[in-house]
Amino acid sequence: MRDVAVVGFAQRQMAEFDGSPTCVELLVPILAECYEQTGFTRKDIGFWCSGSSDYLAGRSFSFVSAVDAIGVLPPVNESHVEMDAAWALYEAWIKIQTGEVDTALVYGFGKSSAGVLRRTLALQLDPYTMTPLWPDTVSLAGLQARAGIDAGLWDERAMAEVANRSLTDAEKNEYAIRKGGSSVDELLARPMYADPLRKHDCAPVTDGAAAIVIAADDRAYDAVERPAWISGFAHNADALQLGGRDLTRSPSAARAGEAAGGAGVEVAELHAPFSHQELILRGELGLGDDVRINPSGGALTSNPMFTSGLNRIGEAARRVWDGSSDRVLGHATSGPALQQNLVCVMGAEK
Amino acid sequence: MSKQPAAVIGVGQTHHRAKREDVSMAGLCREAVDRALADAGMGFDDIDAIVVGKAPDLFEGVMMPELFLAEALGAAGKPLLRVHTAGSVGGSTAIVASSLVQAGVHRRVLTLAFEKQSESNAMWALSVPVPFNMPVHAGAGGYFAPHVRSYIRRSEAPTHIGAIVAAKDRQNALKNPYAHLRNPDTTVESVLASQMLWDPIRYDETCPSSDGACALVIADEDTSRSADSPAWIHGTVMRSEPTTAAERDQVNPQAGREAAAALWTQAGISDPLNEIDAAEIYVPFSWFEPMWLENLGFTPEGEGWKLTESGGTALDGVLPVNCSGGVLSSNPIGASGMLRFAEAALQVRGRAGEHQVDGARRALGHAYGGGSQFFAMWVVGAEPPAN
Repeated sequence: MRDVAVVGFAQRQMAEFDGSPTCVELLVPILAECYEQTGFTRKDIGFWCSGSSDYLAGRSFSFVSAVDAIGVLPPVNESHVEMDAAWALYEAWIKIQTGEVDTALVYGFGKSSAGVLRRTLALQLDPYTMTPLWPDTVSLAGLQARAGIDAGLWDERAMAEVANRSLTDAEKNEYAIRKGGSSVDELLARPMYADPLRKHDCAPVTDGAAAIVIAADDRAYDAVERPAWISGFAHNADALQLGGRDLTRSPSAARAGEAAGGAGVEVAELHAPFSHQELILRGELGLGDDVRINPSGGALTSNPMFTSGLNRIGEAARRVWDGSSDRVLGHATSGPALQQNLVCVMGAEK
Repeated sequence: MSKQPAAVIGVGQTHHRAKREDVSMAGLCREAVDRALADAGMGFDDIDAIVVGKAPDLFEGVMMPELFLAEALGAAGKPLLRVHTAGSVGGSTAIVASSLVQAGVHRRVLTLAFEKQSESNAMWALSVPVPFNMPVHAGAGGYFAPHVRSYIRRSEAPTHIGAIVAAKDRQNALKNPYAHLRNPDTTVESVLASQMLWDPIRYDETCPSSDGACALVIADEDTSRSADSPAWIHGTVMRSEPTTAAERDQVNPQAGREAAAALWTQAGISDPLNEIDAAEIYVPFSWFEPMWLENLGFTPEGEGWKLTESGGTALDGVLPVNCSGGVLSSNPIGASGMLRFAEAALQVRGRAGEHQVDGARRALGHAYGGGSQFFAMWVVGAEPPAN
């Protein structure tokens, strides 16, 4: 395998983006920031890949307009996944592994506020047997949280502890749209939103876009002094049907973690849009109490659809660049109730 | 580091129809998947990863349908990727699946592309009003007709060339048991007598709307060497250009020209017209055959129509194009590109049945999408790649 590192990362998040659902106006400055960080220009990028959703944008071919953010001719080697951009990053990493290119720029975007997100996501379910009932995302997460509480795997206090830590950490993240910790008791005193979930147990609806630059071998040192070398990168899926799954588990997360070799990480950025999902993921990925979870505040404080997973990898990589950590993990999820999961392990050593 | 060799060892497709009301989405996909797996002599347990492609989700009314299809596709417990690159998606999906093997990450990858347009309404899906954009309300034909007119003006082609293509592809479709349109009476004269839709595109020069799917099993060198008649991948390429650029030439797009040049170099081909034995080119409107012949470098600019007019692109011509009947005869949009890639593989495997080109050793699969701005292509061969 070729040594490939994360060498650039730029992001924007907001409660409501005052622009088009293709977010092309957000992507142009984000790409400019990537060029500035890495010293690369458009011509230095060998492959482009993006992640986004037509249903979120409310129109077909929404990614087509976003390609305009790359700039005009000459044509580029480019692809797109209808998934979180973390999977676009995986496709780009594969492209570099084939030897065809040495560098890639990956971006994602989504304007969740353009519709009613929890209803839009109901369209991800089985169209014949589930979607007609319109079970929304928050309600499904509530069922999942309740299943774990009933099984004695976690309680509302453990969920509030996750939320309080996330909100406290988010105070230092300029891009977090919900921030400000208080105390576990104070959070538990707040009203129920979708029993047993309170609002702070659920990710805020967030608009945003983000981009990551990766480079192979010596090209990585051209961009950054201390690259975040990818030592393991894997993803996995479970079946969707909720009645056929143990909702308190995420076997696909465990498989992805095992394949990526996540043992011994110091920092883990987990894409957990609901507080109890962090508890599930910590278990599935075997992350002990000594692992620092979501120093950025995580998805509970800012969850731009189709970039939130990519953001986790970028946030984790930053801890390697700045020397504060030697081995980190970024995680992304997709689909209802942690159906699909991706793990990217990075470190200071090749 | 160079790419690991990879080959297509299983091909499957559905019977394409306007409405496949006899099957669910999962049932449609499984029809193609089961045929591809049987062809490869494999079951789901042999597959390492699944790559799914399709065009806009609004075509079925399901957001990211691969999520609910995961179990039916044997993807539970495995890596599952979903590609969407507009009309070129079937080709791009096959290329992403190939790259998983060429990178040395997986040994056996199942890839599937599908569209079940009858689940939703494609005209609605393409007509959602977009802020600050004037709605065209003309469909793809209305978008592409000016490009065809411009081609005719620039190349001084006689106006019946499109009808030659349509008649040829509809006749070829009669030799393909999976093809959607089966019109034995189609001739150049009957095409020219059909209704004008978007001048100069007549009704019989347009592609149908189909339900359908296509699946491939792509495997590494060891697996492929022990497989029956693998189609070795000699080159893959993807190129995109932006929508908004005044200098774009949408008749002969730069992205297509550059993609083809890169592809021929990868595959070690210097004279594509003589070195390619069969081509499956994405031709949704008849005139795109001569336009893409030029864009791909099979002929000099302005002379693609001469090859078509001479009969050179017929099944017994110098460059048989769309022996399967092509997009003009079956168009499950998201799968149409993969069908081109699959039919190219069938040709070099000698398994194209009645529409087989005698002795085909190297074939081209081609797909394009958007406003002639996204291109995906591959060359497959009966022999392993030399480089």
